Amino acid sequence: MQDDSVNITRFSISAILKSWEFTIFSLLVVVFIINLFLSPDLFRIENLFDATLTFTEKSIVTLPMTLLIISGVIDISIASISAMSGVILGVCFKAGIAIGYAILIGLMVGILAGLINGLIITKLQIPSIVVTLAMMLFYRGIGYILLGDTAVRNLPERFGLLGGAYSVTFIPIQFIIFIVLAIIFGLVLHRTTFGRLIYVVGNNANAARYSGVPVDRIRLILCVVTGFISGLSGILLTSRIGSARPDIALGNEMAVITIVLLGGVYIFGGKGTILGVVIAALMLGYVHYGLSILNIQEQVIRIVTGGLLIIALLIPTISAKFKVREKSPGGA
Amino acid sequence: MNNVKLISRLKDMVRRREFGVFIIIVVVMVLVGIRNPTFFTSDNWKDMLMYVSILAFISIGQMMTIVTGGIDLSVGSVVALSGMSVGMIMREYPVLHPVILILFGTVFGLGCGLLNGLLIGKGKIPPLITTLATMSIYRGLVVVVSGSRWVVYGDITDGFRMIARGNILGINNLMFAALIIAIVAYYFLNHTRRGREIYAFGDHQEGAKFAGINGVKINILVYTISGMLAGFGGVLWVSRVHTAQANTALGYEMQTIASCVIGGVSIFGGVGSVVGVLLGTLMFGIILNSLELIGIVDFYKLAVQGFIILVAVIFDAILSHRVMERMRKQRRIFDAG
Repeated sequence: MQDDSVNITRFSISAILKSWEFTIFSLLVVVFIINLFLSPDLFRIENLFDATLTFTEKSIVTLPMTLLIISGVIDISIASISAMSGVILGVCFKAGIAIGYAILIGLMVGILAGLINGLIITKLQIPSIVVTLAMMLFYRGIGYILLGDTAVRNLPERFGLLGGAYSVTFIPIQFIIFIVLAIIFGLVLHRTTFGRLIYVVGNNANAARYSGVPVDRIRLILCVVTGFISGLSGILLTSRIGSARPDIALGNEMAVITIVLLGGVYIFGGKGTILGVVIAALMLGYVHYGLSILNIQEQVIRIVTGGLLIIALLIPTISAKFKVREKSPGGA
Repeated sequence: MNNVKLISRLKDMVRRREFGVFIIIVVVMVLVGIRNPTFFTSDNWKDMLMYVSILAFISIGQMMTIVTGGIDLSVGSVVALSGMSVGMIMREYPVLHPVILILFGTVFGLGCGLLNGLLIGKGKIPPLITTLATMSIYRGLVVVVSGSRWVVYGDITDGFRMIARGNILGINNLMFAALIIAIVAYYFLNHTRRGREIYAFGDHQEGAKFAGINGVKINILVYTISGMLAGFGGVLWVSRVHTAQANTALGYEMQTIASCVIGGVSIFGGVGSVVGVLLGTLMFGIILNSLELIGIVDFYKLAVQGFIILVAVIFDAILSHRVMERMRKQRRIFDAG
């Protein structure tokens, strides 16, 4: 991925605008330096990795979401799927099922939820945003039906390790999962035929269909994968906070979509790289970390996330205007 | 000729949809009434209709955005923001006349809606994502503006309370407002040039462009109207429930969307009527109310709402696929003949 962008890079404004990964990386560096000023302790490598604990659950969902948005579909029920998986894991554990099997059931719930989303979207050809909007309420509602305003506590200590433990002295297991998944998704998207087909589908679904690309099957697979990873994210989050409750991950869908779009993925599909999204995930994570160091209210952080989302969305429109301006004197 | 036939057939379908909703309303009412006779008491109906009134006119605003092929997820947050701001102004200046407060709230909502409209129209951002972002921005602003100090019962002046309690011509103010807004919206959507342009734009954006319809203006207009109505609704909301909090009207956008899709507003754009939305709101209000009366716990509400939206959307998709199929067949016959 990197080699390509280096080859393409020429020293002109449009080329720099084009290599979005570079821009977002410089932003990450800036955020990082500001954070260092805010809290010099961050410089210690343990704290550096500790800070990732707060956002890896969101970050792993950005990976399948990237593929999904590139293929021209969006899923805004991810946060609800996470909550539902966590709740069902808790309920199963309470009913006396071993925690290992409970985790499996939680993951299956995620897959099932993704499958339902995917089937409705592809079989009935309803816009994905509307389907997943309804599903967002439905899945969250199932969590509330099962647990109400109670929570399942006393989850085994061993389970808590999944979300909070460190593997090699200071690197959290969660972060390792994120990196491994990022490499897998990166390889699938950028180095396989399936990955290329995702771009084809996103660029022009009709043309892809007429050229024999199984558009619906690809989108269905991506929906299922998104459901699966959302379930995994819910389980990690449940493990980290130590109790299963229906109101976890509220508003995660917006954070995830913000990261994906900041990472340079085009909202209408067909464009984007995993590298950009990974950098954007780290950047937004450290922005939140910095804001929480400053003791800023969660609501303000949500305003910032919303603002960033709008800015990320305005970028294609603004850069398109730039391009037109640049071309017109050149063409004359 | 063929076209005229098709349009009349489409109209037929919409009419039948509204009729269907009406039948379901009656059936639900009878069933709930048998289960719990308090359903038919006038107190219950008054409470329910006051709730439905605010939902109804905000849903009409929502309908206009859905008809253009968009959606407005920020209405719940706008209700909260406008209600909170107006409540705070009232706390500082209790002498202000309620009408001025209503104007303030409406203008706040209008501003919020205008921002949505500009981002969607000028910024060319998909409506769902734009309003998802502004939803959380406006909701965050409620907390920031209020400094986490809610407007409580004691802050509400008597005059302000009368907004929701008072009557005009023997009809409760809220219902009166909903009725007037519905009539104006009906006239605007069906009998003015701009109103018809909204449908044309939602039906086929490219085609509308070639017909000289300015899509940017339409987008700005519908989101501004939706925000304005939500702002107005926010004032009435605070007057009705006597408090304004950070979680006022949380998830309200979903209720307006549910009312619209139940009322036959197509999520594909271009189809929807004020009468349908009114019936949809009524049905949705009755369902919510009856859940309580039958004794189903609060925790089921979310899942039921999601399920209702899903069923209505799937129903709508199947119907519109059928209409498309029929159009294709007719075109084939037309080509052959």
